[in-house]
Amino acid sequence: MLFLDHIYLIPLLPAFGAAFMFFFGRKLTKQTVSAVCVGVVVLAFLFACGAVLQYNVWAGANNHQPFQKIVYTWLGTDTGHLNFFKQDGSAANFQIDAGFLLDPLSAIWLLFVTGVGMLIHIYSIGYMAHEGGYYRFFGYLNLFMFSMLTLILANNYALMFVGWEGVGLCSYLLIGFYFHRKSASDAANKAFIVNRIGDAGFILGMFFIAWLMGSLRYVDVNAAARSGHFQIGDPLITAATLLLFVGACGKSAQLPLYVWLPDAMEGPTPVSALIHAATMVTAGVYMVARSNALFVLAPTSMKTVAIVGALTAIFAASIGLVQNDIKRVLAYSTVSQLGYMFLALGVGAFAAGVFHVFTHAFFKALLFLGAGSVIHAMSGEQDMRNMGDLRNRIPTTYWTMFIATLAIAGIPPFAGFFSKDEILWQSWATESVAYHLLWYIGYATAFMTAFYMFRLIYLTFWSKPRMSHDVEHHIHESPASMTMPLVVLAVMSLFAGFLGFPQSLARLVGIHGETNRFEAYLAPVFAKEAPVFAKEEPGQLAAGTKEEEKSSGTEYLLMFLSVGAAAFGWYMAGRSYREADKGYVEPINALSPPVYNTLLNKYYVDEGYDYVFTGRRKLGGVRLGAMGLGEASSWFDANVVDGAVNASGWLTRVVASLSSWWDKWIIDGVGVNGPAILARMLSYPARLLEWGLVQWYALVMTAGLVGFVFYYVYH
Amino acid sequence: MHAMTDISTLHYLVLGAALFLLGVIGVLTRRNVVIVLMSIELILNAVNLNLVAFSRYWQSIHGPSALHGQVFAIFVITDAAAEAAVGLGILIAFFRNKETVNVDEVNLLKW
Amino acid sequence: MNPQIAGNPPVATPYFFYGLAAIMIIGGILVITRKNAVHSALALITTLLAQAALYLMLYAPFVAGVQIILYAGGIMVLFLFVIMLISIERAEKERQFNKQWLVGIAAAAALGGLFITVYTATTKGRVLFPEGRTSYVDMQNTQGIANLLFDQHGGTYMFAFEIASLLLLVAIIGAVVMAKKRI
Repeated sequence: MLFLDHIYLIPLLPAFGAAFMFFFGRKLTKQTVSAVCVGVVVLAFLFACGAVLQYNVWAGANNHQPFQKIVYTWLGTDTGHLNFFKQDGSAANFQIDAGFLLDPLSAIWLLFVTGVGMLIHIYSIGYMAHEGGYYRFFGYLNLFMFSMLTLILANNYALMFVGWEGVGLCSYLLIGFYFHRKSASDAANKAFIVNRIGDAGFILGMFFIAWLMGSLRYVDVNAAARSGHFQIGDPLITAATLLLFVGACGKSAQLPLYVWLPDAMEGPTPVSALIHAATMVTAGVYMVARSNALFVLAPTSMKTVAIVGALTAIFAASIGLVQNDIKRVLAYSTVSQLGYMFLALGVGAFAAGVFHVFTHAFFKALLFLGAGSVIHAMSGEQDMRNMGDLRNRIPTTYWTMFIATLAIAGIPPFAGFFSKDEILWQSWATESVAYHLLWYIGYATAFMTAFYMFRLIYLTFWSKPRMSHDVEHHIHESPASMTMPLVVLAVMSLFAGFLGFPQSLARLVGIHGETNRFEAYLAPVFAKEAPVFAKEEPGQLAAGTKEEEKSSGTEYLLMFLSVGAAAFGWYMAGRSYREADKGYVEPINALSPPVYNTLLNKYYVDEGYDYVFTGRRKLGGVRLGAMGLGEASSWFDANVVDGAVNASGWLTRVVASLSSWWDKWIIDGVGVNGPAILARMLSYPARLLEWGLVQWYALVMTAGLVGFVFYYVYH
Repeated sequence: MHAMTDISTLHYLVLGAALFLLGVIGVLTRRNVVIVLMSIELILNAVNLNLVAFSRYWQSIHGPSALHGQVFAIFVITDAAAEAAVGLGILIAFFRNKETVNVDEVNLLKW
Repeated sequence: MNPQIAGNPPVATPYFFYGLAAIMIIGGILVITRKNAVHSALALITTLLAQAALYLMLYAPFVAGVQIILYAGGIMVLFLFVIMLISIERAEKERQFNKQWLVGIAAAAALGGLFITVYTATTKGRVLFPEGRTSYVDMQNTQGIANLLFDQHGGTYMFAFEIASLLLLVAIIGAVVMAKKRI
């Protein structure tokens, strides 16, 4: 139990690295910085592996409970005093611990966050080798790892929120890593501010939970949610879960708060891979999955999650179809895949959503790292229109990225196929026919995904080179520290999917028994609500119960269809872009230029937000958008609210000056200085006796002696 | 023969008192620190004389081994030696700092 | 009065006492009146030697020896060294008595008056201090003192003796610290 009992060391190791960089980083050489920062993450990864292995053994003997390790009480007391009144009027002992919890859900996150994080740290050694601020970069990365691990391992919402804000801060710092570039600092601000909206939702949701349940610990909240005390569709639970989902939207870049993520690509590429593809943006998925017991009590919220997820998926994928910046394509792809995950969560297939997070972490990190390698080779060029024919020059990068593309496009047997297919199948299998619409959306997205990913591959790696000769001359394969993580991630993209091998396919090839090990592993976290859910709301079923209800035939058909979509996307991309050097036309532009322009300009969402929320656009002297209201409220704030504030301030100052006068002249003057002055005046005659001359004292002593002898003789 | 010609304890006491007074006058009136210290020696010796005289008297009552007064005198001499060493050390430090040996030029010891 | 002791003849005549007393008084007066500190020191040595003689008259040979060795041989040499270290020429030209000399002498005179009163007072016809005879006792003086100081069983003053040694140690360190230019 060594690892489990000291599980708090997992976040503390990167925290140590960050602190070390903070205090001593400036003086250290790059070798030392990499040794310390990468070393702590490697240690954290090994520690995490040990902890998960030990947990699996421990859970087998303990009824698959979550393992909790409470380090100390953070807020509240542990006296047992009932200090908190819940919504139903009963009292509770509200208490927040700095505590850690390990269960299958957090174990999965723990493993891929530390694993992918470790690989990306190693990659960064090569990528950042020639950059300034080396120690700053690694310090931020370590700080991020600390925050992310805190988020994952927390045993209550409040501590999770600490990690949540921590990753937000690190995201801000790393997006703005090249802070001297205005676009980078703007992007950082944008990410931070948009996330604030989501975080506000999270906080409010947290308050709701505390108010309803009297606790923020997952175990307490889950127990309360599953106790049957709350009705399905309880409006307060719905409000709480919707607010939590707002938080998830902010962090995981869902509609309408996704706008920060594409801009976040201003940060260094390893950061995009680690924070904005593999780990941090999945925090929202984690939070919703973590709150699954609550979400199943609120069908409205579930529907919202599913619809938002599906819309985000197709929305972002459609933008990705036409982007030319290699990292932006990947950014929209990330948003789109996150949409898939939320779609899965929304239809109750929590395990499928988590599975997609898991596989996505590998192939998306790989894609970003590969893109980083491409950019590295291209001397900083990011525009795909100026690339081409890289497959012969940087073959390792090409092959690994190709594997990742196959994975994300959903070509069997790569990882993405299993997870994405699981999601699509679950959304189809949901009873209500209205949900079939979600499947159509997901299906269209799958096609688009394949198209834009192969577009990226063809434009970047195929045909003839289109870059300038200078750049072409410098093309070189990246150092081993960069390609090694690529290869590892490629292997994972190849094989990670088999962890969730679908039951139906297994039957087809003649394997019986449990093959979807991933789902089975997660069963203790999710399965429990299925009975409640099935009983109350037949229209929406949790994962694991409906496998048998639909014929396998439909599943095979759907599987075939999605593979077909992927292959069709591949074919379309190949037809349009294989020979890009001879000039090519974007097929969408050929089809309909207005649609193309809309997509290229990202549906003018940023401009719309600008217009509505900041009123930067003006018509003459009049601001447009919501600024009429905005200015009115600004005036109200400046004159009435602030006036009241100032008035109370003025009043306070008057009272304070009176009180100060009283204090100065009466208290200090009479009360304090008075006795002192009196004592000084009285001591003046006594001081006259003290001449400071030794012989004077001796004389006084003699006089005293005379007095004593006189007294003894004559008394 | 006894009454007037014999030297009694009181004779020694009177002599000691005279020496003591001389020492006191020296301590109280002289400016020179060295002489003040010497006057202190005078005072101590006056006390010693008294002690030895009392010792004699005590022996005449309690037998020849009642030498407590003399032992006290030896202790006082020890004390005087220590006092002289420290006092003269202070004197040297004093002279080094103030370039004077006059006691009344040192009046830092007031509030 | 112990008749045994009373029978022993005195070792010296009273004239010795008066002579030595006169030497001591004169020496004492010289000590406190001389301008030159060296003269004062010499007068003090004379006084102390006379006092050693008085100790002999009091049958205290050990104390007398200590007096001569320690005072005349030790402490006074120390005084003379110090006098040589400091400038006596300047001190000689200055005022010898401080401003309170009159008051000091008056205080001393008052004390002396009290002494006279005490020594001459009689209570119920008896003098306050009985007139003890000073006569010879057949006893090893030094051995008696040593018994009081060092005897393992009856050493009444052994502890005090050790304390005195500690005092001397402190005084040595103190003197060194005081006299050193820089510590």
